[in-house]
Amino acid sequence: MRERSLLIRGLILFTVIIFAVRLFYIQIIDEDYKVAAENNVVQKIVQYPFRGLVYDRNDSLVIYNSPVYDLMIVPKEAEIADTTAFCDLLGIDREMLEENLRKAKGFSSILASKFIEQISDDLFAKLQDQLINYPGFYVLPRTIRSYNTQSLANVVGYVGEVSSNFLNRDTTNYYKSGDYIGIGGIEKSYEEHLRGKRGSTFKVVNVQGIIKDDYRDGEYDTLPQSGENIHLTIDLELQQYAEKLMEGKVGSVVAIEPSTGQILAFVSAPSYDPQLLSGKSLSKNFPELNKDENKPFLNRPIQARYPPGSMFKTIQGIIAMHEGVVTVDEIIKTDGSNIGDLAPPGPYNMIKAITKSSNNYFYLIMRRMVQQGVDESPYIDSRIGLEKWREYVMNFGLGRKLGVDLPNEIAGNVPSLEWYDRVYGAKRWKYSNIASLSIGQGELLVTPLQMANLGAILANRGYFITPHVVDKIEGWPNPNIKKEKLPFDPVLFEPIIQGMEQVVKAGSGIRGYLDSLKLAGKTSTVQNPHGEDHSGFMGFAPLDNPQISIAAYVENAGQGGRAAVSVASLLAEKYVLGKISRPWLEDYVLEERYLPQNAPRPTIAEN
Amino acid sequence: MRQDQLSQKIDWLTVSVYGALVLAGWLNIYAAEYDPDINQSIFDFDTSAGRQLIWIGTSVLIAFGIFFFDYKFFDLSAYIIYGVVMSMLLFILIGGKEVAGSKSWIGLGGFGLQPSEFAKFATAFALAKYLDHATRKLTDLNTLGVSFAIILLPMALTVLQGDTGTALVFAALVVPLFREGMPPLLLIVALSFFAVFILTLLVSQTVLLAGIAIVTLLALGLNARTPRRLVYIIAGAIVVTSVVRSVDFILTDVLKPHQQKRVLSLVNPNIDPLGVGWNVTQSKIAIGSGGFAGKGFLEGTQTKFDFVPEQTTDFIFCTIGEEHGWIGSLLMLGLFTTLLLRLVYLAERQKSTFSRIFGYSVVGIIFFHFTVNIAMTIGLFPVIGIPLPFFSYGGSSLWAFTILLFSFLKLDAHRMQVLQRW
Repeated sequence: MRERSLLIRGLILFTVIIFAVRLFYIQIIDEDYKVAAENNVVQKIVQYPFRGLVYDRNDSLVIYNSPVYDLMIVPKEAEIADTTAFCDLLGIDREMLEENLRKAKGFSSILASKFIEQISDDLFAKLQDQLINYPGFYVLPRTIRSYNTQSLANVVGYVGEVSSNFLNRDTTNYYKSGDYIGIGGIEKSYEEHLRGKRGSTFKVVNVQGIIKDDYRDGEYDTLPQSGENIHLTIDLELQQYAEKLMEGKVGSVVAIEPSTGQILAFVSAPSYDPQLLSGKSLSKNFPELNKDENKPFLNRPIQARYPPGSMFKTIQGIIAMHEGVVTVDEIIKTDGSNIGDLAPPGPYNMIKAITKSSNNYFYLIMRRMVQQGVDESPYIDSRIGLEKWREYVMNFGLGRKLGVDLPNEIAGNVPSLEWYDRVYGAKRWKYSNIASLSIGQGELLVTPLQMANLGAILANRGYFITPHVVDKIEGWPNPNIKKEKLPFDPVLFEPIIQGMEQVVKAGSGIRGYLDSLKLAGKTSTVQNPHGEDHSGFMGFAPLDNPQISIAAYVENAGQGGRAAVSVASLLAEKYVLGKISRPWLEDYVLEERYLPQNAPRPTIAEN
Repeated sequence: MRQDQLSQKIDWLTVSVYGALVLAGWLNIYAAEYDPDINQSIFDFDTSAGRQLIWIGTSVLIAFGIFFFDYKFFDLSAYIIYGVVMSMLLFILIGGKEVAGSKSWIGLGGFGLQPSEFAKFATAFALAKYLDHATRKLTDLNTLGVSFAIILLPMALTVLQGDTGTALVFAALVVPLFREGMPPLLLIVALSFFAVFILTLLVSQTVLLAGIAIVTLLALGLNARTPRRLVYIIAGAIVVTSVVRSVDFILTDVLKPHQQKRVLSLVNPNIDPLGVGWNVTQSKIAIGSGGFAGKGFLEGTQTKFDFVPEQTTDFIFCTIGEEHGWIGSLLMLGLFTTLLLRLVYLAERQKSTFSRIFGYSVVGIIFFHFTVNIAMTIGLFPVIGIPLPFFSYGGSSLWAFTILLFSFLKLDAHRMQVLQRW
C-alpha cells in the first residue's frame, strides 16, 4: 500500500499548487480587486423602522412615536475650530465636551456614535445653520415612545437599549449594540411584531470610511417596514378610572370580559407614568423607580402572590359537590369548634355557607373530601384525598401560569404531596395539618389575575378563555388564545352563584350593592402576619348576563367588605352601566389611604 | 536520563513548523483587529490577540503534558476516550448552550469548550485501535462497515448540533482508510457522486437529464452486441438520474436555508450578493489588494473596519493575503506543505499499524481544514465555518490541533518500542 502514500503526497502538492496559482491570479494578475480596495468598499447602512402603534379596545391611541434628534460624531472626521463657541452652542462645559469626545473615540474612530442624546428642539433649530462649521458632526433623527395616558405602565412596558447580557445570549444575531428593544410589558412580549423590519442602504465608501456614492444606484437598497399596529383589549377609560381609585394604595385590580378572556383593566398599584421611562428619561428615572420601596416595577396582577382567602370557598363548594361528599341542601350543623370563625355556629347549607362565609362548614366538607376512608391509615388516606383535591383546584387555573401575553407571569402555589412531605416528613401529616387550605389560607397562593379568571369561570359556569391583553395584531386576531373547559357540571355552579349574589345583597359585600348592577361576588379578608389584613374581592356582573369579572386586592386595608368590594363595584358600574351613581362610595374609596406607613413593606410572597 | 533520550527522538522539524505557524497566527490575529487610532497592545487581554496568547501558553503546557504520558496510554485508552467524548457530544445535544445558531458548546466558567473539536482525535484513536488487528482488512465488508460506523457516529452527532462544517471534517478520515487499502472503487463512486452533484447545481435539470439520455443511448448503441454491458449501462443511467433528482430534494428539503445559499452562491455569487456572496467578495478584495509583496504588517485596510467577516477566526487568511501579499501567502502555503509532507513521512516510518493510522488521520484532518478554509476564502468552495489549523483565533481549536499533533509526535518518538503489540 506504499504507493498510495505517494498518491496522498501528490494530492497535497496538487492542492497547494492550485492555491498558489489562484492566489497569483487574484493578487497579481487581476487588477479589479486592488481598484476595489483602494476606492470602493461597500458599506451597509441600517435604516430603522418605526415601532408599531398601540390602541385600546375602543381604537383610541395609547402609544405613538415622537421624533427626537441625537447629535452624532465620527471622531476621525471631527474638527472643532473654536472649542468655546462650540461649547456655548451646545450649552455644555469643556469637561463634558472632552468626556464625550473620549467616549466616542473609545467606541470607534471611524464609526458614528452618539455625542449628545436627544437634543432639545431649540438646539436642533440652531444647529441646522451652525453644523456646517463642524465637520464630523451630524444630527440623526430617531423616534421614542410617547403615551396618551399616564396609566397602564405595567401593561405597555418600555423600550430601551439592548443590554450586553442579552446580546451575549441572543443567537438570532438580529440586534447590535446600541439597538433598541422592548423590555417590559407588551413591548417585550410582542417585540417581534412591534419592531418592524429594518431596511438597509448600501453606500460606496473609501478606505477612510467616507461615503462617496450609492452602491449600484441603490439597486440593493431596501426600505424599512414599520412595525405592526396592535389593538389592546384594555378599556383605557376604565383603566384610568381603576388606577385613580387605587391611588395611595398598594394592590391590584384585574377586570376580564368572561365570554372572551379579554382583559379590560389591569392595575398594579402603586405605578408610574410610562413617559418616565421613554428615551433619555429612562436612564435618569429607572434607578429611582427601581429602588422605590413600594416596588412600582412589580407587576402585581401576575407577580404578587396572596392567599385567596374566602374567595376560595367558591372552588371548595363546587369540588365537594362534584366529589359527592355533600349535596346542595344537606344541612351541616357547625359548633364553631374546629377552626376560628366570624360566622355564627348553627345549621348551614351550601348557599348559606357561601353567604355567611362559614369557616367551620368548609373545614368539615374539605375533611370529607380529603379523608374519604379509602385507606385505613389516616396518613395514606389524606395523601390520596389531597392529590385528587389538588388536581381539581388546578383545573380552576390555580398553581399554574395561565399564559397571559405579558412577561414574567408566576404560577402561584397549590401545595403538593411532596411539598408537605418536605415540611412534615413523608406519612407524618394528615388533614389536621393542612386544614387551613379549606378556607383558602395556609400555603395556597394565587395571583390577582388567577382570581379574576376564577370570576370568569364562575360567570361562564365552568370554562374560561386564556386571559390576554392584545386583541388584534395588524387587524389579525391574537392567535395564542384557547378555551379551557372544566370537568364540572354547570348545575353545580348555580348554588355557589346564588350564595355570591347574597354576599353582595345582604352579606359582607353589602357596601358594593347596587340594585341595577346585579353584582355577585365573594369577599376575602386575607390574613397577613406582617401587618393589617389585606382586603380582597372576586366577582362578576351582571348576574344574568355577565359582562365583567373582577378581582381586587388592596393590601393592608382590612376586611374585604370595605376597600376591595367598593373598588370592584364602582368599576363594574362604570363598565356595565357607563356612569357613576354613588359619589359617596367613590369618595369613600378615594379617601382611604393604605400606603404602608405603619406596615413599612408591602407583603408580596412571604405569606 | 529519560528526558534526554526523549528529546533526541522528538521530530524537531515538525515542532518548529508548529511553532512558526502558531506564532504567525498570533501576529495575524493582532493585525486583523489592529486599530491605528487606539494602538492597542498585543498583550492586552481585552483583545483576541491577548486571549490567544493564553491559549498558546496553555497549548504549550498541553504539548509538554502529552510527552509525560506513557506512550501506551493512547492505545490502551483509545475506546475509553472515544466513549467519553461521544457522551459529551450527546450531553450537549440535550444541555449545551447555543452560539451563533449551533448548539455545540459546553460552558466552563467564562469560556466555552467545543467537544466536537476533541471528537476529531478521539475518533482517530478509535479508528486506529480498531484497524490495528491482523484479521481486519479494509477489503472486507465487515471491517469497512465498522470503520465507517466509528466515523459516522460523531459526524451525525455534530450535524444534529447544527454544526455541519465540523461534521464534514470527519470525512477526512477516509485518508487513513485509503492508505490502509480501502478499495479505490468506493472513492471513485463517492467522487462521481460529488461531480454529479456539482453538475446539477451548474446545469438545469432538463438539460442534464437530456444529456444523460443521449449519453446512455450512445453507450447502448456502441455496446449493442454485448448484452451484459447493456444491463450495466442501464443500471448506471438509472443511478445517475436518481442522484440528479435527489440533489434537488437535498437542496430544497434537507439543507437549511443558510446552507442552501452557501452552496448556491458558490456556483453563482450573484444569488446573494450582499449576504454570503458579499463575505466572499470582501474576502477576495482583501486578499487581492495585497498584491505581490503586501501592504505591510498592521497596514491592511480591508480586514479591519469589519469589511471582512470573522476576520480573526475563519477568515484569518485574508490578513495574511492583504498584509503580506503573494509572497507571504506562498510562505504560509509552504509551511503547511512542509508540515503535511513531513507528517506523511513520519506516518510511513511507523512500525505499528496503530501509530501509522493515527498519523494519517492527523494528516487527513489538518489537510481537510487547510484545504477547505483556504478554498473558501479565495472563493473556490462554499463558506463552511471551519478554522485554519494553528492560525485561527480560538481555544478549543488550537488545543485540539495541539493534542492531535503532539500525540502523534509522542507515538513517533517511541516508534522503536512498538514493534510488537504489547
